[in-house]
Amino acid sequence: MADVTTTEHTAQEAAEHEHEEHGHDEGFWRTYVFSVDHKVIGIQYAITGLLFLLFGFTLMMLMRWQIAYPGEPIPLIGQWLGDERAPQGIMLPEFYNQLGAMHGTIMVFLGVVPLAVGGFGNFVLPLQIGAPDMAFPKLNMASYWVFFVGGVVMFASFFVPGGAANSGWTSYAPLSVFATTGQTMWLLGMVCLITSSLLGSVNFIVTTIQLRAPGLSFMRLPFFVWTQLVTGFLLLLAFPPLEAAGVLQLMDRVAGTSFFMPSGLVYADAAWEASGGGSVLLWQHLFWFLAHPEVYVLILPAIGIVAEIVANNTRKPLWGYRVLVASLIFLGFMSFIVWAHHMFLTGMGTTMSAFFQTTTMIISIPSVVILSALFISLYGGSIRYTTPMLFALAFLPMFGIGGLTGLPLGLSAPDLHLHDTYYVIGHFHYVVAPGTLMALFGGIYYWFPKATGRKMNDMLGKIHFWGSFIAINVVFMPMFIQGLSGMNRRMYDGGVQYVMNQDVLYLNEVIGIGVWTLGFFQLFFIYNFFNSIKNGEKVGANPWNATTLEWEAPSPPPHGNFATPPVAHRGPYEYSVPGAEKDFLMQGEPDQTAAEPAKV
Amino acid sequence: MDIPYIVDERPDTGLTNVKLGIWLFLASEVMLFGALFSSYVLLRLMAPDWPVGADVLNVPMGTFNTAVLIGSSVTMVFAYASLQMDNLAGFKKFMGATIGLSLLFMVVKGFEYNHEFEIGNFPWTSTYLAIYFTMTGLHALHIVGGVVVNAYFLGPGSKLWETNKTQFTNRIEAAGLYWHFVDLVWIFLFPVLYLL
Repeated sequence: MADVTTTEHTAQEAAEHEHEEHGHDEGFWRTYVFSVDHKVIGIQYAITGLLFLLFGFTLMMLMRWQIAYPGEPIPLIGQWLGDERAPQGIMLPEFYNQLGAMHGTIMVFLGVVPLAVGGFGNFVLPLQIGAPDMAFPKLNMASYWVFFVGGVVMFASFFVPGGAANSGWTSYAPLSVFATTGQTMWLLGMVCLITSSLLGSVNFIVTTIQLRAPGLSFMRLPFFVWTQLVTGFLLLLAFPPLEAAGVLQLMDRVAGTSFFMPSGLVYADAAWEASGGGSVLLWQHLFWFLAHPEVYVLILPAIGIVAEIVANNTRKPLWGYRVLVASLIFLGFMSFIVWAHHMFLTGMGTTMSAFFQTTTMIISIPSVVILSALFISLYGGSIRYTTPMLFALAFLPMFGIGGLTGLPLGLSAPDLHLHDTYYVIGHFHYVVAPGTLMALFGGIYYWFPKATGRKMNDMLGKIHFWGSFIAINVVFMPMFIQGLSGMNRRMYDGGVQYVMNQDVLYLNEVIGIGVWTLGFFQLFFIYNFFNSIKNGEKVGANPWNATTLEWEAPSPPPHGNFATPPVAHRGPYEYSVPGAEKDFLMQGEPDQTAAEPAKV
Repeated sequence: MDIPYIVDERPDTGLTNVKLGIWLFLASEVMLFGALFSSYVLLRLMAPDWPVGADVLNVPMGTFNTAVLIGSSVTMVFAYASLQMDNLAGFKKFMGATIGLSLLFMVVKGFEYNHEFEIGNFPWTSTYLAIYFTMTGLHALHIVGGVVVNAYFLGPGSKLWETNKTQFTNRIEAAGLYWHFVDLVWIFLFPVLYLL
């Protein structure tokens, strides 16, 4: 019997060896560009996402200059923007609108989601479940390249006549139907991004359900995998209605239909030539049916990353793992029936408002449960203040501020005052920027050694952290004050023409300085990132003494990931187990004392 | 390490990867067409007047096309069943019939569109025609996609049969599930657009 097993094992190893050698023969293009390896695709997604984050941030820096110093020429790069955007370096209102619309679109669809889901999901998820790759590697590659084409279309839209889309990232009709060619490009770009996310989400869900290692039952999955699984379902089911809406808007723009165009519209001093009878509210419903779950697509992977980092650096199990999972699933379900809380002021009626403010209050419960469980996880831990842990610790209160400031917006009465003010901007940026982005940076510092075999520099990481943490609060905290005083968002001149804004106008300059400081501290990250690839401290397979399966693969893992197929013997966070030799028990370590678990 | 459960079912889930994948894809498609049907309901409810489909469109042609598409679903099942009975020739015959019927559907649809254009019915004429052209157009794109995939399995894709019969049969099952879905969408589209 033993002989048979050994022979099989050797045969298998030989086959793997052959496979690996085959992998070496694939050449540069197949290995690094058109790769089907989930790790390469994950890194491609992450780097593309980071570049788009930088690009979207640059757009915002231009806007903040105009808001802080309205009508003054943009220093340094203003002269290169061209007469149709900024004559003599002074920004035109039309260009400001393009920047606003594209900042939102790029940050959400081309920055955070590709990094959080495409990047971390692709790289970490298969490793964490002990799989050799994603379930559909070619589909995975297609997903990246369709996303890439979508990004190129979005980027190119800046150079068509009339510039990029300028109707806000929400593309509300009828404004978006009247808009210049850039809006058509925006719709085509979105169709690419939606197709990409469809391919990706099918892949993530199938991989999680089908390719879990033996012994890795659902309740032994790392919490990060759970967040990606729920995110996958949100992307799978929420994005298609936006695709439908995009098709309808494309028809309105190109084929002259009137899905979103009511009768009797006047545009540019002439009656709008169309059959009419459409509904502007229909677009908003279809858009927010995607865009509210999309908020959870942005936040859930970040929560997953924070959970991994917190468990690893407190050296104790996550508090309430089962409660976390249950809350997560409930949250994912509820996120489909809260969308119209973005539409309290559209005149959709008080019955609808009452329904959606109730569901909104309900969805805050699982969010608070998750955040509380993560806070309680800190209690009694011996916390290691590593760079990833600093980012994870910052995430918790930042996400807390973002979430709690959302409550007044979710109730239809206070929303009357706060809707479309800077308060809203402050609220969702606290969730996504100091919240999600902090977690994503933490995740990069945490998994960088797995991807490269080297650690990022700790000192530079801490400078990056403290600088960003302070600057980002200087950026977003004043927005609550501006918003409460009634300052409207989307103001080209920063609101100087309104009497009620006069007392809070000085904050525009404060925010501006915060933005440039924030940009400055990202330079430490960029340098650290590239420098550490070559010169970082070399580390082994498990530099953080972590427990989950990805740390059993070599750093960086080869094509096919694991030398021998891993088997999970225990839950994901067995830290500081009483009586154990060391303070962490890896999932794949066989238990010496207890009987082997039944293989699935 | 090779990717597991491509050919065989995972014991605890009872699924192959492709089967779970295609069902998830179809769930997403349900949301796509669901959004369009919901839009149809909302637009119709708020419209002051809405034509009866039968007054605008050619119901006999629509009925004929419904029969054609249901027929293609039946031949698709026969194609899959042939593979299960280890009969590649039968598969090729029925798959060819499926593709033929799909193309027939498209030709009839083309005549219908052409007739509408001739009498001056365009997407921009009314919201009813707008949703008619959009939904049937998107459905037709799904048909084209299905024809391309089915033609691939009839032609170069069928080489897989020589090396791995189970995997090829699984693929045809997935293609069949997709095809039945496209058929089902039409079964909703036909009464909603032609009859109501």
